[in-house]
Amino acid sequence: MKHVSESVEPVVIPKLPRELREKRLQELRLEAKSAAITQAQSRNELAPRATPETGYYGNALLKKPQWTKEIPLYFFCGGAAGAAAIIAAVAGKTGRHDSLARDARAVAAIGGAISPALLISDLGMPSRFLNMLRIFKVQSPMSVGSWTLVAFSSSSVAAAFLDLWRRQDASTIRTVWPLQTASQFLSAITGAVISTYTGVLLGATAIPVWNQNAGVLPIHFAVSGMAAASALLELRGHESPALNAIGIATSLGETAVGASIELRKNSALKPLKSGSSGWLTRIGGLLSGPVPLLFRLLALAGDEKRSRRYKKIAAVSSVAGSLATRFAWTKAGAPSAEDTALLLRNHS
Amino acid sequence: MSVTAFLTDSTLCIGCKACEVACKEWNQVPGDGFVWSGQSYDNTGALGHATWRHVKFVENGTVPGLGGNSPETFSLGFSSDVCKHCENAGCLEACPTGAIVRTEFGGVFVQSDVCNGCGYCVVTCPFGVIEKRPYDGRAFKCTFCYDRQKEDLQPACATACPTESIKFGNIDDLRAMAHDRVRELSDRGFRDVHLYDPVDSSVGGTHAIFVVRGDPRTYNLPPEPEVPTVYLRKGWTSAALAGGLMVAATFLAFLGGRR
Repeated sequence: MKHVSESVEPVVIPKLPRELREKRLQELRLEAKSAAITQAQSRNELAPRATPETGYYGNALLKKPQWTKEIPLYFFCGGAAGAAAIIAAVAGKTGRHDSLARDARAVAAIGGAISPALLISDLGMPSRFLNMLRIFKVQSPMSVGSWTLVAFSSSSVAAAFLDLWRRQDASTIRTVWPLQTASQFLSAITGAVISTYTGVLLGATAIPVWNQNAGVLPIHFAVSGMAAASALLELRGHESPALNAIGIATSLGETAVGASIELRKNSALKPLKSGSSGWLTRIGGLLSGPVPLLFRLLALAGDEKRSRRYKKIAAVSSVAGSLATRFAWTKAGAPSAEDTALLLRNHS
Repeated sequence: MSVTAFLTDSTLCIGCKACEVACKEWNQVPGDGFVWSGQSYDNTGALGHATWRHVKFVENGTVPGLGGNSPETFSLGFSSDVCKHCENAGCLEACPTGAIVRTEFGGVFVQSDVCNGCGYCVVTCPFGVIEKRPYDGRAFKCTFCYDRQKEDLQPACATACPTESIKFGNIDDLRAMAHDRVRELSDRGFRDVHLYDPVDSSVGGTHAIFVVRGDPRTYNLPPEPEVPTVYLRKGWTSAALAGGLMVAATFLAFLGGRR
């Protein structure tokens, strides 16, 4: 080894003139001073410290969610589509709501087609989306959800397509009917999972604001999805008392969830009550709960023309509220992940 | 081949960051930027997609006997942080592609050729370790030097550590060693020495344990780390209830009106 080191010529670093060196040193001192405390004895008492209460300089203990806006948008789309599939199956069964059932089928099919696209575009490597179907893992809500979404999307699109086919060509009724019924059934069952599993997905994480609501989230998402689906159908022009009843029930449910969030005293819920995620939660809550409830109650009393307008306002409010609610829950993840003091407090 | 672990003995750490450098070099981990953090001599901040070893610097105040004996100089605590390689790993349980696996050495390993960057592991890690690399799309973390262990070598960080603060070996041996070390230090008068080894939490123990002076929370080590799968039962029960409610309410709305 010795002869090798001898043959290598030493690297000569050209020295700067003394003034320039001093100038550069001064620059570095100023740069350091602007960003940090450079003298131990004159420590800024307000600067974050490493303590058992605040943790390591107050730095986030958990990583913030790295999901893009496609995820809350998917929660909305999938939630509404899943609920629409249930409405389609039930309304189709009654035999008196044919056109409503057809539109509900369309909402489920369109939502079922958009949802995977949203999820794939959020992936860090969209070209590898099929890796989701390499395995099935019960303990991963993401895996269960991916498989359910495959079943939901294909059965919803199939149900809508077969229904169209049956209408076009009456001679196919014998062969198409069983297939259509089966796909409609599958679409409704998987739809119920799609509308609710997203709540489990958020609940089973390390983020306190989500896992402290593991039981609330699936119910909230189900109510929100149901409200959006029924409101979308109303906005398509279906004036069914059944949809109005769903509208009243869901806005009652949303009011209850909103009130319980406001009243529960759990420091993990802070992101739902303060900051921008808190405001979004409140706006979403108002638009989903009290506002549509009020207009639907007013619609019960008013004359026909006015009542129609009130119901329409309630429907628009419910759709906007459902969308805001999904964004609010997702947004609350970041401030919750940064609440190190909460995570370091001893539970129980 | 045995089940291995890291024992990071902070009482021996001198804060040289050789482990950070060795890890970067061996694993070809990209740069993680350079900012003046204002947090003592630590300008790294936290573990992440491009930081798999991270030396924490805690300024302990001017207590004579803690570190130096001069009352004017505060003492420094150093601790090299790393992926904990949990026994019940949140990231591994959550990974929908099966990219995250358990190796024969007991470590948790991300197969980069399988990961599709769904980001679910990021929110299910109770220690905030794994992270998605924005310009790559996939999630990265400490590999427990799986490649080196395969060749009967120690992980790069443990090899580079000049004070044997990072010890690597059989997990049972290291646990025993850690308990002995805490006892030894306590006998020598260091009453504030703690072993961070969350065996009693739902994480079920880790393959990276730490001997630290002072409260482990000062080093952002959570007192009760939870594997998020503990919330699955509650979540799915609620989901089943909610799904049933949706179907029942729809039936009631559409068929109830017939009467």
